[in-house]
Amino acid sequence: MIKTTAVVVGAGHAGLAMSRRLTERSIEHVVLERGEVANSWRTQRWPSLRLLTPNWQTRLPGHDYAGDDPDGFMPAADVVATLARYARLVGAPVRTATTVHTLRADPQGFEMQANDDLLRAQAVVLATGACARPAIPGIAGAMPPSITTLTPLAYRDPGQLPDGGVLVVGASATGVQLAAEIHRSGRPVTLAVGEHVRLPRTYRGRDIFWWLEATGLLAERYDQIDDLTRARHLPSPQLTGTPEAITTDLNSLTALGIRIVGRLGRITDGVAQFSGALANTCTLADLKMNRFLNRADEWATASGLDDELPPPHRFAPTRVDPRTPLELDLTAGEFTTVLWAAGFRPDHSWLDIPVRDRNGHIRHDGGIVTGAPGLYVLGLPVLRTRASTYIHGAGADSGALADHLHAFLSGRRLR
Amino acid sequence: MTITDSPVDNGVNVEALLGAREALSGAPEAAQFTFRASCTWRKGTHSHSTVAGFTGLGAEQQHRTTYEFDVDHPECFASEDNGATPVEFVLVGLVGCLTAGIASVAQYRGIQLRSVTATIEGEMNVLGILGADPDVRNGFEAVTVRFAIDADASREDLEALIAQAQKRSAAFDIVANPTKVLVELA
Repeated sequence: MIKTTAVVVGAGHAGLAMSRRLTERSIEHVVLERGEVANSWRTQRWPSLRLLTPNWQTRLPGHDYAGDDPDGFMPAADVVATLARYARLVGAPVRTATTVHTLRADPQGFEMQANDDLLRAQAVVLATGACARPAIPGIAGAMPPSITTLTPLAYRDPGQLPDGGVLVVGASATGVQLAAEIHRSGRPVTLAVGEHVRLPRTYRGRDIFWWLEATGLLAERYDQIDDLTRARHLPSPQLTGTPEAITTDLNSLTALGIRIVGRLGRITDGVAQFSGALANTCTLADLKMNRFLNRADEWATASGLDDELPPPHRFAPTRVDPRTPLELDLTAGEFTTVLWAAGFRPDHSWLDIPVRDRNGHIRHDGGIVTGAPGLYVLGLPVLRTRASTYIHGAGADSGALADHLHAFLSGRRLR
Repeated sequence: MTITDSPVDNGVNVEALLGAREALSGAPEAAQFTFRASCTWRKGTHSHSTVAGFTGLGAEQQHRTTYEFDVDHPECFASEDNGATPVEFVLVGLVGCLTAGIASVAQYRGIQLRSVTATIEGEMNVLGILGADPDVRNGFEAVTVRFAIDADASREDLEALIAQAQKRSAAFDIVANPTKVLVELA
């Protein structure tokens, strides 16, 4: 039996930020990590992936980007190196190769089974990541056996795919990026497009994340957002991090020769059927993008930046071919592979505490888990602000939750 | 503009809808509805359908009155034309759903509507239903809806309005996306 005050589960950016916050408050803790620091980035990300956020924004508590390319986008390998360096910098007490199998609550605190050890703690912070499991729709069960299926967690590069056509299901950050990479490898890609968030990589000479931060959008608090459920489930923006800072949108993918179809709705007798609502899906995304650009322009004018920045402009509407097919036969030989890029989910299924709703989502108020005092969750989309979705959001979030955790421990000692 | 001080009145009770959304989010069983219709064959291609009750909010519900519909094929199909064709009922359902959505979204967004009219067209090659050409589908190849809206709003706002109405339309979803259909012998 190992006893400690607090346990952090997961040594990614969020868990390490929390470790730093706990150390600042002299709260004894351990960080349990199933693999090594930044395990998901080491083992479940494809090598060509780069952060969607620019380097200057890759801030963690007590650490700012100090490299020579602040406007660049960090490749996965550099994210691993950065987080490993950060773990050493903050002296995070990480126990690697330690998998937590169960977590139980009792009046005295929390008990968890990690490898062969039993641990007890007063407080637990879940930082196991927002992208632990790929979302795979139920219709996957009807996939013809001739098709190779793959998730982004297992994808490394196009060379691992058979030759032939590839259906990429999902057109958010992952889907658009992999569609382009796979299509360039000579495997013709069809991209099934559901609801998505279109944003240009740069606007008026600045990166889109500069605009999102400067206009105050990323700082919007979770308890001030009209439709929080929707905000938390919004797909990741269609962005890629490339050295050239290019915009990857549906128009640019069409120009590459990628075929755009509607949301994959059903597979019947080997035939994939797609939504006929593609045109409206694209219109909604164009309208939403333009609403943000309007807000950005209004902010720039109000801030007196119009002389400094290039003039406002708008991007071409998404072009949808009126002859877009509604059905494609997956058994006719054109397709060999389907890649699921339909989003990711956190995995809290191992918790032995009834804190999940009927959809399996953990119930929490800005990271303070509902109905389990002393339990916290970190590193989820729009956890406390819209910035929570991104690495730098863990800074403020971990600070606020560490304050709450500290007060919780103090209250417990008084009783 | 907030909802409560809005002078806009499209005859939609947005506060009741928002209240229902809030209440039903916490009571998922009550949100499960079953809609139904009953149909009796008359003669030839003519049938008579009624819509009276449905299940929802955890109970059996009744329309204010029983609605009746005659369905038939036109004379050029060698039928008696006792009512609209089945596919025209689909068009009526779709355009009615979109129009309801436009009024609701306009109310929520503070847009006063003066008039909303629409035409809806479904293109269909009848060689499909006649079994004369295996490459032609039975149903519509395309459906086009054209809305004319007179309201105090920019063209951009009206485009956003019809986009949102499509996004939240049940009938649009049913027509545009695959739906599981089971037909069995009682």
